[in-house]
Amino acid sequence: MDCTEVITGIKNIFPGFYALSATQAYADEIHIKLRREIFKDTCLALHKVFSSPVAVLFASDERKDAAKFVVNCAFVNLRRGQWVIISTDIPQDAPYFDSLARNIHSVSLFEREVWEMFGLEPKGNPDLRRLRLHDEVCPKGNYPLRKDFHKIQPGDLEDYKFCRVEGLGVFEVPVGPVHAGIIGPGHFRFSVAGEPIINLETRFGFTHRGVEKLFEGRSCFDALQLAECVSGDACFAHSLAFSQAIEKISGVSISKQAAYLRAIFLELERMYNHVNDIGGMAVDVGFSFPSAYASVIKEAILQLNDKLTASRYLKQVNTVGGVLKGLDGAKKNMLRTSFKSIKRDFDELINILYSSVSFMDRVDTTGALRRKTAEGLGVVGLVARSSGVPADLREYFSGVYKEARFKMATEESGDVLARLKVRVAEFKESSRLVEEFTGKLLESQEINIHPELKGGSALGYAEGWRGPVLYWLETDAEGLIQRCKIVDSSFLNWQGLSYAVLGNIIPDFPLCNKSFNLSYSGGDL
Amino acid sequence: MLLMLKNRILKGLFSRHIEPDLTAKIDRLGLPAGQAGLELKSLIQNKFRRSLHIRHLDSGSCGACESEIISANNPIYDLQRFGVNFTASPRHADALLVTGPVSKNMLIALKKTYDSMPEPKFVITCGDCALDGGPFKGSYYIEGAVKNILPVALHIPGCPPSPLAIIQALLMLLREKE
Ligand code: SF4
Repeated sequence: MDCTEVITGIKNIFPGFYALSATQAYADEIHIKLRREIFKDTCLALHKVFSSPVAVLFASDERKDAAKFVVNCAFVNLRRGQWVIISTDIPQDAPYFDSLARNIHSVSLFEREVWEMFGLEPKGNPDLRRLRLHDEVCPKGNYPLRKDFHKIQPGDLEDYKFCRVEGLGVFEVPVGPVHAGIIGPGHFRFSVAGEPIINLETRFGFTHRGVEKLFEGRSCFDALQLAECVSGDACFAHSLAFSQAIEKISGVSISKQAAYLRAIFLELERMYNHVNDIGGMAVDVGFSFPSAYASVIKEAILQLNDKLTASRYLKQVNTVGGVLKGLDGAKKNMLRTSFKSIKRDFDELINILYSSVSFMDRVDTTGALRRKTAEGLGVVGLVARSSGVPADLREYFSGVYKEARFKMATEESGDVLARLKVRVAEFKESSRLVEEFTGKLLESQEINIHPELKGGSALGYAEGWRGPVLYWLETDAEGLIQRCKIVDSSFLNWQGLSYAVLGNIIPDFPLCNKSFNLSYSGGDL
Repeated sequence: MLLMLKNRILKGLFSRHIEPDLTAKIDRLGLPAGQAGLELKSLIQNKFRRSLHIRHLDSGSCGACESEIISANNPIYDLQRFGVNFTASPRHADALLVTGPVSKNMLIALKKTYDSMPEPKFVITCGDCALDGGPFKGSYYIEGAVKNILPVALHIPGCPPSPLAIIQALLMLLREKE
């Protein structure tokens, strides 16, 4: 779809639309600028045209040069493999915009984020509580992503207002931020009447480290290392999305060889995480043997990573312009031999789980997230696919995956079992892909080109194992980063968990939680 | 279940694709061959009446450090066989293992967790973040170094430290405590 088609599409639904400018910035990215007054209606129209949730809504501060803020809203047209980014200027003396939250639920979190980080008010959003800056430690009026913010200014502290469920026999069970296991911090507040959960209120931000601000002013190679530390079990996906954004801005395309290698590493990351989660589900129903077995398979993949790239978590493997580590003949053989036993063990693991009646009984129909809810909440990635929403960036965007006839895994029921089945299918598909891509590697080709850095802005994206990872980057003429917006799929998917547990009992919560296995650090940034 | 056991017995437990000299490496850890594991165990037996209980706390880590701590407990490294256990509550922990650069939001929880541990107690930090903020140094929302907040007995370097490094560091700590 080119610009004119997109504009016609919007006009069919919203006749009052006109753009200040519309450009095809990259083959897969259209940028449309418009006035603030029609921002809301245009977004609603695009939401319908693409039947796409809001992929990301974010702001940037341009007060220094142009006395304004800018608010951007991105939609994805999966069928065409294209992103459309709507942006509008917000004058600094009237810092507000019309909220979309009442019409598109998935945008609510993003609006709250813009409000807390920039102080731009989404007018009409019913919930303006802060997500990451806790009222108990950070006074109101601190807007960290404004350019003139450097340090938290002292002021009055408040208590956070939880949503409360009241009534006869309703009681609250607060859990966290420190949990019983070796796991990240988050606060869960269950309202229960009798056994079933009637509301789950989550509160996060405990691992907020101000990552987006840290990106600002860094050179891209410096920033790449930071991107690898945003979410530790998805290092490669984050670094991939980041470098793709820089590559788009600089106008380089990486070699075929590098594209294969990137796909191999991305799939290896998916494999060790999926098997880890499958083991986690087993342990959360008290079935410890398969979980030990799964952890051995995970260890085998981590050790394979280590042997191939000298990093168990694939750190410092990817770079802007390609990859740093290739696979020579010996490594390819090592990969093939390891895969033989990994696949055999995995099949056996699944055999054990599927043949245990008590295990199947626990996961079947537990923690169901229906398709309609999933779409309404705008959940993405693996969770969405398990609820029957066919969304996988690998299917719609990337060249090498199309070439390998990638098969997307989906399930309809949206329960823990569905998420288990999708993981199993994806693990198998990933191992097939890794072997296929390994077979296509050539010895001689270049795997890393040094791009010439330029100024500009672009969206980088990768389908990590949890779901899409998005990086919006703006760089200046020297290639230094001015603004970096990160979306890890966990950010949106936490809401899915809150709905999936409704009607379930608290003892099933760990199981539901594990079946989502979202990243605290990826969501909190 | 029967089928599962039969298969396992036929194939031998975890016999494949694990780095063959790993056990040797674990045993070696800076000591004459075969001793480290035994030494760790005997140190723990003497000093902590057979078990060292650790409470882990994530003060804002990226998650990779956690993943490696969990790996150290898998059947291959099997930290538990030395008598090291991870507890669900700080109330019966000997040591607090902190990861992450201490996000401002976690400061209260960190202090409260430490306060609710019984004496004698000590703190171990794990990963570069916990030493000085690591990759997040200079952020507006981190407290940085754990050692400025609590007395730290030992730091395990790495980003993330490997399971072997974690086991090795614990051993060093126990030797020093003698
Ligand atoms: S030290 Fe490295 S691996 Fe550990 S939490 Fe920090 S960034 Fe993550």
